[in-house]
Amino acid sequence: MSATVITITSGKGGVGKTTTTAAFGAALALRGKRVCVVDFDVGLRNLDLVLGIEKRVVYDFLHVANGQAKLQQALIRDKRIDKLHVLATSQTHEKDALTPEGVNRVMAELKEEFDYILCDSPAGIEHGAIMALYHADHAIVVCNPEVSSIRDADRILGFIAARSKRAETGMEPVQEHLLVTRFDPDRVKTGEMLPLNDIQDILSAELLGVVPESKAVLRASNAGMPASLDSGTDAGRAYHDAVARFLGEVRDPIRVAAPRATVTVQEEPRGFLRRLFGFA
Amino acid sequence: MSWLDVFRGNRKPPATTAGAAKERLQIVLAHERINRSGDDFLPRLQRELIQVVARYVAIDPKAVNVSLDRGGDMSTLAIEVELPPAAPPPTGRDAAAAGRPAV
Ligand SMILES: Nc1ncnc2c1ncn2[C@@H]1O[C@H](COP(=O)(O)OP(=O)(O)OP(=O)(O)O)[C@@H](O)[C@H]1O
Ligand SMILES: [Mg+2]
Repeated sequence: MSATVITITSGKGGVGKTTTTAAFGAALALRGKRVCVVDFDVGLRNLDLVLGIEKRVVYDFLHVANGQAKLQQALIRDKRIDKLHVLATSQTHEKDALTPEGVNRVMAELKEEFDYILCDSPAGIEHGAIMALYHADHAIVVCNPEVSSIRDADRILGFIAARSKRAETGMEPVQEHLLVTRFDPDRVKTGEMLPLNDIQDILSAELLGVVPESKAVLRASNAGMPASLDSGTDAGRAYHDAVARFLGEVRDPIRVAAPRATVTVQEEPRGFLRRLFGFA
Repeated sequence: MSWLDVFRGNRKPPATTAGAAKERLQIVLAHERINRSGDDFLPRLQRELIQVVARYVAIDPKAVNVSLDRGGDMSTLAIEVELPPAAPPPTGRDAAAAGRPAV
C-alpha cells in the first residue's frame, strides 16, 4: 500500500491553505480513508491550532526528519475523527531545517501507513514550498478571486510542472487542481469579483471546488475544528463537495453555497475537442 | 473582441472592475509565462544553434549571441552569429559529414 500525496499550495500567503488542508483531510478521513496531514510551514506552525491538537504536540515533523524521534511518537491521532492523523511542525527550528533526505525518509514511512498524505505548504516558492511540493502526486492550488492571488497561483502552477519529483524523474506529471476560496457570488453579480469561469480561463487548471467566504470558517478555527466537521455549514459542504469531486464521485456543476441561496455556477462551455469526442 | 484588436489597440475598456482585473491578469501572465520558459530555453537554444551553424561554417562558439528582449508590447529574439573573416563555404555533403558527431 502506498499513499497518494496531495500538496496544498498557493504562492501567495493567507489564502486558505491551512484551512483547506485541515478541512479536506478531515473530509477524506470522514469517508473512511486513512489520512495524515503534515505541516511543512516550519517556523510558523498553525495546522495544529486549526485542528485543535496544539496541546498534544511533543515531538514533531522535524524531530522525525532529523532522527530525534520515531514517527509513532510524533503522529497525533485526532480524537473526533478516527482515521485522521497530524504531523505537526516546530516553531523553534530554522526555516530551512528540513532537508530533502529527512523529508524523503518521513514520506516513505508515512506512505506505508496511510491512504492519503496532505502536505500544508508555506507561502512563497522557497525552500519549504519546494520541500512540500517535491513528493506531490496531486497539487491543490488554493486561490482567492483576486488579482495577486491569481498571479501567484499561475507562478506556482509553473513551478509544480518543473520542480516536482514526478517532473524530475519523467513520471506522469503532478495532477493540478484549483480550489477557489473566499468566493462571494453576490460580488460577482455586481461585477466586483472575477467569476469562476474567468479564473479557470486565466489559469487553465481543473476547478476542484469553490469555498464561499464564510463565517463558519472563523468559528471552526476558533474552536480548533476542521471546517468540514460540520457539513451543515456552507464552507463545510463546499469542502465535502470538493472531496467528492476529487474522488471522482460527482461530476455535476460546482455548487456555490451562498449565505442566502444556493447558486449553480454556469460551467465553462465545452471545448471543441471535448464536444467532438463527447467527453463528460 | 478579436485577437487582432489587441494588436491594433482598439480594445474597449472593460465595463466592470472584475473585467479590468481579468484583462490585466491575462496580459501580465502572458509575459510572465514567456519569462519563465525563457530562463530555461535560451542556453539550450544557443548550444543547438552553434551546433547547426558549425555544420556549415567554421565558427567560434563564443561568437554566437542569443538574446531575448522583452518589451512592453512585443518581445524580440535576436540571434547574432559572427562569421570568421574568410570562411570558405564548404559543400553541403562535407558540411553534413563534418557536423556529425564521432560515434
Ligand atoms: N472560506 C473562508 N471564509 C472566510 N475566511 C476564511 C476562509 N478561508 C480561510 N479564511 C480565513 O483566512 C485566514 C487565512 O487562512 P489560512 O491560515 O488557512 O491561510 P494560509 O494560506 O494557510 O496562510 P499562510 O500562507 O499564512 O500559511 C484565516 O483567518 C482563515 O480563517
Ligand atoms: Mg498556512
